[in-house]
Parts: sequence; C-alpha cells; structure tokens
Amino acid sequence: MKIALKLAYRNLLGAGLRTWLNVIVLSFSFVIIIWMKGIIIGWDYQAKTDMTNWEIGGGQYWHENYDPFDPFTFAESHGTIPEPLKKEIALGETEPTLIVSGHIYPQGRMIPITLVGINPEQKILKLPTHMLDTQITTIPAIIGLSSSRNFKLGKGDNVSIRWRDVNGMFDATEILITDVFNCNVPSVENGKIFMPLKKLQEMVVMENEATIFTFKNEKTEREAIEGWTLKTKEDLTKSVDDLIKTKNAGQSVLYAVLLFLAMLAIFDTQVLSIFRRQKEIGTYVALGYTRREVVVLFTVEGAMYSILAAITSAIYGIPFLIWQANVGWTMPIDSSEFGMAIAQTLYPVYSAGLIITTVVIIVIVTTVVSYWPAKKIAKMNPTEALRGKIQ
Amino acid sequence: MENTSIIQTKELVKKFPIGKSFFTALNGINLSFDKGEFAGLIGPSGSGKTTLLNIIGSLDTPTSGDVTVLGHSVGKLSAKQAARLRKEQFGFIFQSYNLLAVHNVYENVEFPLLLLKYNANERKKMIMDALSWVGLTDKIKSKPPQLSGGECQRVAIARAMVKRPSLVLADEPTANLDAVNSHNILQTMLKLNEELKTTFLFATHDEKVINYLKRKIYLLDGKVDKDVIK
Ligand SMILES: Nc1ncnc2c1ncn2[C@@H]1O[C@H](COP(=O)(O)OP(=O)(O)OP(=O)(O)O)[C@@H](O)[C@H]1O
Ligand SMILES: [Mg+2]
Repeated sequence: MKIALKLAYRNLLGAGLRTWLNVIVLSFSFVIIIWMKGIIIGWDYQAKTDMTNWEIGGGQYWHENYDPFDPFTFAESHGTIPEPLKKEIALGETEPTLIVSGHIYPQGRMIPITLVGINPEQKILKLPTHMLDTQITTIPAIIGLSSSRNFKLGKGDNVSIRWRDVNGMFDATEILITDVFNCNVPSVENGKIFMPLKKLQEMVVMENEATIFTFKNEKTEREAIEGWTLKTKEDLTKSVDDLIKTKNAGQSVLYAVLLFLAMLAIFDTQVLSIFRRQKEIGTYVALGYTRREVVVLFTVEGAMYSILAAITSAIYGIPFLIWQANVGWTMPIDSSEFGMAIAQTLYPVYSAGLIITTVVIIVIVTTVVSYWPAKKIAKMNPTEALRGKIQ
Repeated sequence: MENTSIIQTKELVKKFPIGKSFFTALNGINLSFDKGEFAGLIGPSGSGKTTLLNIIGSLDTPTSGDVTVLGHSVGKLSAKQAARLRKEQFGFIFQSYNLLAVHNVYENVEFPLLLLKYNANERKKMIMDALSWVGLTDKIKSKPPQLSGGECQRVAIARAMVKRPSLVLADEPTANLDAVNSHNILQTMLKLNEELKTTFLFATHDEKVINYLKRKIYLLDGKVDKDVIK
C-alpha cells in the first residue's frame, strides 16, 4: 500500500496537465458543495436568530386555545395574567402580549388583520416598541415593511381599524403609524399591527389579560400553569428546521449533479488508462506486480485525485469561504418574495462536521469510481498488454 | 548436472489463435539451461524468440508441453506465484524498453527494489551501482521521453539487473546501442554472470551479442534448429 501510494503519486504528478484538470474539477465540487451547505446552515442559523430576536425570545406560554394559524381562535384565547408570572413581568423578564383579530381599512378596502398589544417598554424583542411610547390623541401603532407595502401605509399615516370587544360589540378607531420596521420573520412582518398593550386591553375590555407570555431567557425548567401551554424555543423553531430540511433535500440534486460531473472526469481518465497505459500495466506485471496490486495502484491513483483536490481546494477555497462568511451572499432576487424567513444576504456557516463529511464522501465516491475501470485493466493478458496491442 | 538446471522445456508448444485456426509459434521445444549460462536464442524475425522468453518468464503459458523454471512448472503456477517469481528471481529487458514514461531514470530503476521492499539507503546504493554499469549516473533526473533510444535501452538494462536476479531474460537488449555501449554492457553482464552466477538468456540477431554468447540456440519456425555450445 505504501508503494502504491508512492507510485500513484509519481504517476499523477508525472501526468501533469491531465491530473490538474481532474483535480480542479473535483476541487470545484468540494468548494461549491461546502459553500452551498454553509449557506443552508447559515440560513437556518439566521432564521432562528431572527425568530428569537423578533418573535419568540427565550420561549413562550401560549393560552391553551391559541392557534396562530386560525384567527377564529383569537376570540377565545385570552386569560388573566397568572399569579406565578407576575413577578417576572414586573422585572421585565417576561412580556405579555394580547392578540385579537380585527380589520383594517386602508384606502377604503377592508382587510382582516391581527392586532397585537405589546408593552412599549419591553426589551425582549427587537420590535421598535419605543415608537409606541408617545402621548398623542390617536393610538400609535407600528407595522412591518411588507404590511406597509400591502396596505400602502407609511410612517405618519392614519388608518381606521375595527374590532369586537370581549362582549362581541363592534368598535372602530383611528390609529397612527409611528414606525415601519424591517425584519425577516414573515409571521411578524405580515398582517400584524403592534400597539400598546394597555390600549388594546382597554379597547377589547380585557383588563390584565394576555394571549402569550414571552420569556427573555431560555430557562430549562418551567412550571406547568393551568390553562397555558409551554412552548420551548425548540418547539417554536421546529418549523424552521422543517423548512431547511426540505430546502436541503432540494439542493441534494445539485450536489449529485456536481459530484457526477467530477466523477465523470475521473472515470473517463481511468477508462482511457485501459488503452493508453496498457504497456505500462504489462510492465508492472512483468516486474512482479499481481493483478490485485495493479487494481490497488489504479484505485489509489483515482482516490488520490480527490486528496489532491482537497489540498487544492484548501488553497483557494479557504480564503473564498472565509470571505463569503464575512461579506455574505446577497440573493439576486428580492427575498421578501419568498414568503419565508430569509434575509436578503445570507452568511454561510461552516462546521468541521460539514467539511469532514464532504471530503469523506468525495474521497469514497472517487475511490469507487476508480475501482471499476481498474478491475478491467487488471484483466488484461500481460503479454498482450506489453505489446500494447489491445484496442 | 540435473540439480543445477534452472530452466527445462519439454515438448513445449505455443499456438496463437488466428481467426478460426491457430498459428504455431513454438513447435516442440526441448531445451535445458544450467545455472550461470550465458545463452542466446538466435533466429529470424517471427521465429518465436520473444514467445519463448515470455513463457520462460511466466508471462505466458504453454499450449502444451511443460516448462520448469527454478523448480516451478510455469503452466501450473497461480498468478500470484508467477508474480512472486518474476519479482524475486527474474529481470526482464524488453525489445521496446517499456520504461515508465512519467518516472525519471532513478525512479524507473528503483521500481523493482520498491517491490522487494529494500529501504531507501539500500535502494540508493543499488540504483547508483546499476546506473554506473550502464554509464547513466549523470542522467538520473531525466525522464524517458528526454532520452535517446540507446539511453532508454540502458535504463531498461539497469532496471532488469539492479536487483541482481538469478535469471535475466533479455529481448534484443542491444538493438539501439552503438558498438561501444553494447560492448560495455555486455562486459557488465558477463561480469555479473561470472561473479553472481546470474543466468542470462538473450533473444537476438545482433552480431555483437552473438559473439559474446557462450551458447547459441538457433530457432527456425518455432523449432530448435541448432544448439551450439562454445
Ligand atoms: N499474441 C499473438 N497472437 C498471434 N500471433 C502471435 C502473437 N504473439 C506472437 N505471434 C506470432 O508468433 C510468431 C513469433 O513471434 P515472436 O514475437 O516470438 O517472434 P520473434 O522471434 O521475437 O521475432 P522478432 O525478432 O521480430 O522480435 C510471429 O509470427 C508472431 O506473429
Ligand atoms: Mg521478438
């Protein structure tokens, strides 16, 4: 094996340009696969970070009737702030929010919307709630950028909203948009109007009530509270994981194509060897190589392409990947059209595991691809091979 | 003398398939070589010299008859045993050199020693010795495509002799050499033959070689025509 490594190395370096072409094709696969995987991991990481910062904090209690995907549950999903949470709320370590469905009337259209009451002084979420902390006659409200586009509402605009109070009575008022924020979490950006919690509680006559409690810190142990469901950060980010999984599966096709192209180059070289190198093979046999040793040599040569490719990739790939991790990759299309948690610029994140698996997979696949033609090579009759007459 | 005989062929026949029929390249060869012989197969082109060398070298098997080399019956050796025999006992010099084109002179000569697992120091010494026999110590870094035909031939000779095999099978080893080089190499071969009792079996029609041979076997149409011992 040591001899095979030495000979394979000499043969590859001696072959010059042909070797380097194969190596470069393979090394592109390395770098692109690692980069793409890195983007996916970076996306997952970014989506979770954004969700944490903008929506879920360190986890939440949900009112047992609350279902974010069914606005009809909102009328039933509110309850008085439970005693055990009051201390944390006073310290600002937990923030209550009240969620109510209503309608908005931009330019005379009537559009269903979710009204969210939130404490203007809260520090847990990145929402610019301090913009709600003003003394004006109309009710201050903030909305996300995509809502602002949909409703054609900007900062400083007034708009009417309508809702039902706890007794089912309709009421309406004007609100003033005091800020438009930009975040990458669609469920925060879309169809929600944030207003001061106290105000909303008054409007719907739900004094001291809330739908959700958001924690600042991710505590491992949280007591069960009657009527409220604990949603850990893990539960809440599961949707991101699922999304990433499907994306990842989609990308696998691309990896397969890349790998296939690289393997084709190696395979081609190996198959050509059967013809081009038969005299050489005959010579190995005449000098005392067994068939098995010839197979090993040619397989090692094939595998060595991927080792050389890994080294080449390291030379230009590491600076490239680091640079990408710093400047990120800005998507050529508008990310808001995705309708999912994605930033316009993604920063790839690479793990040792990712790099090691990629290298191992490529080395294994190259070895397998080299083995098959090598077996054919070794079947040659040595005297025929020596004469170099096999066509 | 029986115990010093290292090659014996009995009624050796080799046929090659040509379409539906056969071409008989060797037709009943009975020969015996003792250890330390310096013998040559002489004959016109197509008389079967290379074919006979290949079978003796266990690269090919007889169609019928028997060949015993160093106590092994060539037809009955497994591929692995044959490879081992070639690796440990035989040195081949091919009509068309068969050097490894991407390896330099040093590496080409090193190859048989790598297979025999000599360490780097031993290898170096043996390689330099072999290259000095053929007068190529100044070209160790050159690759075969950069060498003349004669130089390639000399590398091939060095490669065959470097491990000091018990049997050297040389197919037209001097075909591309001038008189001076042929003479030098044959002197070296004779020296190895005398000092190490290395057996040499040539295939040639080169007068320069024939004059050095201690035994001349004339082949004609796959048969032994004359067997002359000096
Ligand atoms: N694999 C083969 N298939 C068919 N015929 C073959 C094969 N190998 C050799 N022959 C034939 O056997 C005969 C002997 O060939 P061989 O190579 O032994 O001749 P040679 O004496 O070495 O000739 P030269 O001096 O030209 O090298 C030739 O006629 C050749 O065409
Ligand atoms: Mg010949």
